[in-house]
Amino acid sequence: MPLGRLAAWLMIAPALILLFGVFVLPIGWFLVGSLAELGTLSEIWTEAQDVLFSGTVARVLVNTNVIGLIVTLLVLVIGYPVSYALSRAKGFAFTAILLCIVLPYFTSTIVRTYAWMVLLGRSGLINQILLGLGLVDAPLELMYNRTGVIIGMTYVLLPYMVLTLYAAMKAVDPRLLQAAEGMGASPVAVFLKVFMPLTLHGVIAGVLITFILAIGFFVTPALMGGPRDIMIAMLIEREVELTQNWASAAMMTIVLLAVTLILYGFYSRFAEKEAPR
Amino acid sequence: MMGPVLRATLLKALVVLLCFGLVAPIVIVAIASFSGDGYLKFPPETLSTRWYERFLGDYRWRSAIMNSLFIGVLTSIFSTVIGFLAAYALMRGEFRFKTVIASLLLMPVIVPHIITAVAVYFLSARMGLVGVRPWISVAHTVVALPVVLVILQSALRTVDPALERAAMICGCTRFGVFRRVVLPLALPGMVSAALFSFLTSFDELVISLFLAGIRAETLPVRIWNSLLLEVEPTIAAVSTLLIAVTATALAVDALIRKLRGEPVAALR
Amino acid sequence: MSGSVDLESVTKRYGTETVVADVSLAIPQGEFFTLLGPSGSGKTTTLSMLAGFVVPDEGRVMLGGRDMTRVPPRSRGLGMVFQNYAIFPHLNVAENVAFPLTVKGAPKPEIKARTADALAMVKLTGFETRYARQLSGGQQQRVALARAIVGHPKVVLMDEPLGALDKNLRYHMQVEIKEIQQRLGMTVIYVTHDQEEALTMSDRIAIMDHGRIAQMGPPREVYENPDTSFVAAFLGEANLLKVRRDGDAVNGPGGARVVARGSLTSSEGLAFVRPEKVSVTAGTVETAPNHLPGQILHASFLGNIVRYAVTAAEGATLLCDVANGAGTEIHRPGDTVTLSWRAEDSRLLAG
Repeated sequence: MPLGRLAAWLMIAPALILLFGVFVLPIGWFLVGSLAELGTLSEIWTEAQDVLFSGTVARVLVNTNVIGLIVTLLVLVIGYPVSYALSRAKGFAFTAILLCIVLPYFTSTIVRTYAWMVLLGRSGLINQILLGLGLVDAPLELMYNRTGVIIGMTYVLLPYMVLTLYAAMKAVDPRLLQAAEGMGASPVAVFLKVFMPLTLHGVIAGVLITFILAIGFFVTPALMGGPRDIMIAMLIEREVELTQNWASAAMMTIVLLAVTLILYGFYSRFAEKEAPR
Repeated sequence: MMGPVLRATLLKALVVLLCFGLVAPIVIVAIASFSGDGYLKFPPETLSTRWYERFLGDYRWRSAIMNSLFIGVLTSIFSTVIGFLAAYALMRGEFRFKTVIASLLLMPVIVPHIITAVAVYFLSARMGLVGVRPWISVAHTVVALPVVLVILQSALRTVDPALERAAMICGCTRFGVFRRVVLPLALPGMVSAALFSFLTSFDELVISLFLAGIRAETLPVRIWNSLLLEVEPTIAAVSTLLIAVTATALAVDALIRKLRGEPVAALR
Repeated sequence: MSGSVDLESVTKRYGTETVVADVSLAIPQGEFFTLLGPSGSGKTTTLSMLAGFVVPDEGRVMLGGRDMTRVPPRSRGLGMVFQNYAIFPHLNVAENVAFPLTVKGAPKPEIKARTADALAMVKLTGFETRYARQLSGGQQQRVALARAIVGHPKVVLMDEPLGALDKNLRYHMQVEIKEIQQRLGMTVIYVTHDQEEALTMSDRIAIMDHGRIAQMGPPREVYENPDTSFVAAFLGEANLLKVRRDGDAVNGPGGARVVARGSLTSSEGLAFVRPEKVSVTAGTVETAPNHLPGQILHASFLGNIVRYAVTAAEGATLLCDVANGAGTEIHRPGDTVTLSWRAEDSRLLAG
């Protein structure tokens, strides 16, 4: 028996009130309110051009995209074999791999970032090992630069990719692979001609979600990056916390929000699609 | 051409290496936190609990723990209750804009936290809500709600509508059906939802950073503030506490699911 | 309150689709009444309106002479057995059976006694502390049945209760349900798509098609005297011969004279006859009404009967069931035979 219309609305009302009151409304108010202070629409537009096409913001936008792309690519390359192994593993191996993904996944971002700061510091474990093995003469600068940002973000975002890919790979019927092998295809051919096409939608979904999360990242680049690795989220935070320049924060927010929502639109298409049959 | 055995072995070695890389940083921090040395050295030369003593001996860290717990528990209660009602309505209700509402409710995990944080801060600053702990819980509930919804919707999917009809025929009111059938059957999902919404709040940094002020510093905010100054070993002890909380929550969830023969939460 | 059940011109639409169209039923206390029909015929929706899960758009639902159209399921005082049993997985057998009493807040000793009674009636004494997952399909079915009768309802609804059981078990359960129904004197409204089940158990059957009742009556009457070709074909095997009106007479395939009960409403129609009413004789005999020459197309030996498919003139194919009695000779494919039946076993239907 379906729930009555009124009952259904009453039950979903608290969630909707929360969503509107503490998410939609504040975002809308922040954006409209901050921009309205600038005056008319044309004044806002002039100001927006000044802000968004200024050297700093343009450079930050480029940084954000470059870092986002590199991180997404690395996460895909590293995540693919792990997801593959997870989707084929059973028993203890499955539990072990899953634990290795899930424990970091649910650990606080700042803790995961801190862990890499400990490892990558001038006297951190990595430099100790490299110096100990005589591979380098002086400690490498692995942190407070782009290397640090990319390592940290790759680590933090890896579980999202692995779990997204896993869902797609698990949906592949193993009998299809057996059938292909039975018809004489080599393992490489089975992988390239059957497995890859069947999991492609998962790869696209994984890439999109990783990139969406990467371009909005704040904690890791803020802690592990140098002055040349500022990303858009950090700039928004600075405009609000340091200069109290709400209007330019709002403009950058609009850009980030728009890109996020558009990419998410594509993502939902691929994520909801079943594996082709 | 590589032989199939060699290829399988190489893949295995690669996966072992990558999995090791995934957990190693966390494990290393946990071990290093028990170091007795003057700075974080791995492996530690001597063991001690000095960083824990310094962590727990500090009034500001202790109050951060209390703030995090308070905000986390409140968030957990808010989001589990609100999320359960919403999940049930989405599952059994028939109303307009259902799919739109369902996807709208998931937006807070997609929209970068910095945007939510700045926007809620914009509102809170004007209303004097910065540093008010229950308000931080409310803000955390917005980002915990999607997590709760996903868990509870999959939990409620296992409740056969025929069971609810059977209960009604047996004389139950709508509320009775809830109390006697839906709640007991969805209970494991509710526990998972409560655990993971607590974790979401307990680990959340960006929103807390804006809303905490100086009165309601949470553990992640306190870590952040210390890290901006230096990478000090006390943070290893704090991090280990956070890791332990995560591990405990995962273990409890796994245990509940194991008892009921369901897959782990992350693979819903 | 008596156990009579009445539907008065009940209609239910979902969007533009009319699922139940102007259905009226009058079921007296103590009757075993079956709603039979293919899936999508509206039988389950009709049952849902009786249960109160669905509110009709038009018409009234009367239980024991009282208008219950808008009364919620909990206040209708019904028992119900669901298709997949709907046993509460978090409660054990005793708690499941006691559920309707517990909800009403009946005193503990009464709950205990009645639960024990109901379990004894379905022969599940000793299974009290088991859970559904530890029971076989047949046992779960019994739990569902016990839960439906524990409160001694006057009316029990059953929605394809035996659908998930295998054939043997199904037969046993049919007998037991019927026994319990008679012992408790309750009215049973039974939904099924299995015609054999409907014929064995029911006092009366209503055959539903496209949201309407196509025909209603005692099993034998409906079986032997279908009003429409749909009912004839749905309930068991039926031969439906194309016939034409020729003056006062009616002609079948190859111009053979057909004599049957009823009359044709238009120039063309169908003559209905059950396979077991058709006799098969070797060779050709003289032309007479209801005699058709034909050739054996196919002979299937089914043990107690032999089923022939016989082709007659104009490509008409008839099924004939012949009892495998003493000394029965079995015709072979290709043999020429004559089919014949009595006029009173045949009926003219609209095409």
